[in-house]
Amino acid sequence: MRRAARWLIAGLVLLLGRGERQRQLPPGEPVVEGMQPSPGAELVVAGLLGLSALLAIAFIVVYAGGANTQLLGLALGLCFATLAVVSVVTAFRLTPPEEAEEPYPEPSHPFEAAEIEQIADESRRHLTRGKLLGLAAGGAGTALALAVITPLVSLGPVFDTSRLRREPWRRGVKLVDEQGRVLHADDIELNTLHTAFPEGANPDDIASPIVVVRVEPARLDLPEDRRDWAPGGIVAYSKICTHAACAVALYRAPHFQPSRPRPALVCPCHYSTFDPATGGTVLFGPAGRPLPQLPLSVGPKGELIALGAFSGPVGPSWSGVRE
Amino acid sequence: MTRALVFLILLALALPALGGAQSGADLYLQSCVSCHGVGGAGVSPGGKHFGPPLQGVGAQAADFYLRTGYMPVQEASQEPVRKASPFSDAEIRALVRYIGSFGGPPVPKPQPERGNPSEGMQLFTQNCAGCHQVAAQGGLVVGGTAPRLNRSTPTEIAEAIRVGPYLMPRFTERQLNDRQVDSIIRYVQVTQNPEDRGGWGISHLGPIPEGLIAWLLAGSVLVGVAAVIGGRRPT
Repeated sequence: MRRAARWLIAGLVLLLGRGERQRQLPPGEPVVEGMQPSPGAELVVAGLLGLSALLAIAFIVVYAGGANTQLLGLALGLCFATLAVVSVVTAFRLTPPEEAEEPYPEPSHPFEAAEIEQIADESRRHLTRGKLLGLAAGGAGTALALAVITPLVSLGPVFDTSRLRREPWRRGVKLVDEQGRVLHADDIELNTLHTAFPEGANPDDIASPIVVVRVEPARLDLPEDRRDWAPGGIVAYSKICTHAACAVALYRAPHFQPSRPRPALVCPCHYSTFDPATGGTVLFGPAGRPLPQLPLSVGPKGELIALGAFSGPVGPSWSGVRE
Repeated sequence: MTRALVFLILLALALPALGGAQSGADLYLQSCVSCHGVGGAGVSPGGKHFGPPLQGVGAQAADFYLRTGYMPVQEASQEPVRKASPFSDAEIRALVRYIGSFGGPPVPKPQPERGNPSEGMQLFTQNCAGCHQVAAQGGLVVGGTAPRLNRSTPTEIAEAIRVGPYLMPRFTERQLNDRQVDSIIRYVQVTQNPEDRGGWGISHLGPIPEGLIAWLLAGSVLVGVAAVIGGRRPT
């Protein structure tokens, strides 16, 4: 870091001090001792820089094509590892050794600035392919910078967000469990937590999984417009936490209610706690909005069916969610 | 003749103490009735003591709460924790038989040797690990704690799955059948005697201490490597 800053300052000084060339140091003892040119090491460094640029580009390509997290990590990790090797080779083979007994001069005075310029000059005098190295370093840096900011694209409106809005639930869709068996109202006993999916839909869709619990009808306190959503006290909510999209997999089901905390759906990641009796409102934790509720009804054979779509957008809030 | 008569009278006096149901009822009147009511009818909140009815909970729940020492508690609002039971084994059996006579499911008889630990781990991860942690070391829920399972017996685990003690949800036969329960128990037994192939379990507390140690160890190694490659050759 400090070295980079030093080079930056040296570069600035070079630009600023161009007009004052006439005050150059008298040709005398070089500040930096010379170094044998090593074109082989230069080629290796240039090649590795090229490789790291390719790996950074690979990161962008993987991100664009589905973003397999393991490949993403591999690409970025190898890119950094290559840059580390570049630093090591550069330090050992391309940077002239120097014993500094005094700190470098402040670049305030033209004379001292000229000295820095001389140091910089002498440090790269032995390089045979200076331009190539500069190009390679610039390319690798640009590629890496692009790779690092690529994920920002997902925040913007240019990408297709329809997948986040896709909802497999509509009137009449049956609820099935993990094994695909149709869930009946009788299966939902008090103090049990069931996970359900829409029959025939892709269970991996963010809006597919729901949790189904039975609340004692006397304790139900749903909003006015959701009165008919809970046949026999059976309520269903999206299983995807509105905080960070973890699965709401815990059910706090008190055995004896007068003395215990009330029943609640809890997300195990950050303990967001939702009240199934009042429409999924947040009781505790970092979640910012209630769990979306799915209106339920009971079919002719006692099977549970959806009455329509969720009460709100599923999953964590994103730029397209307006409460 | 008189000696035989005295013996018979003594025997008649001693019988209720030896007989299970009678002494179970006595114990119930001594230790349980103030909160659970006469005949397990329960006591509604309002007074100093109150508690849930025990009719229908069966020997299954009674056995679990008594063997784990969850019951008796001083107040209904207290979170039950595992402790040594004040009752002897015979007294627990008598109480369980008495409470079981109110009706309800019997004490389950799990056969963990039938279970498959791999399937058990999968089921445990899906259904139990959210609270108890995948290493069965216990954890938190909002408003309570989930206990460690290191001292749970197979019967207790089978009972807890069906009963859902304290804040735990219960699992019906449809959600987890008895064979799956056997597998879960088998997996919990594995966590009770972990193999620790790495040699160091770090209390099986999970990824945070593991990560901490990995960072400390890997960090020192990285610093060492940096020191080595950062050293300049003598000029």
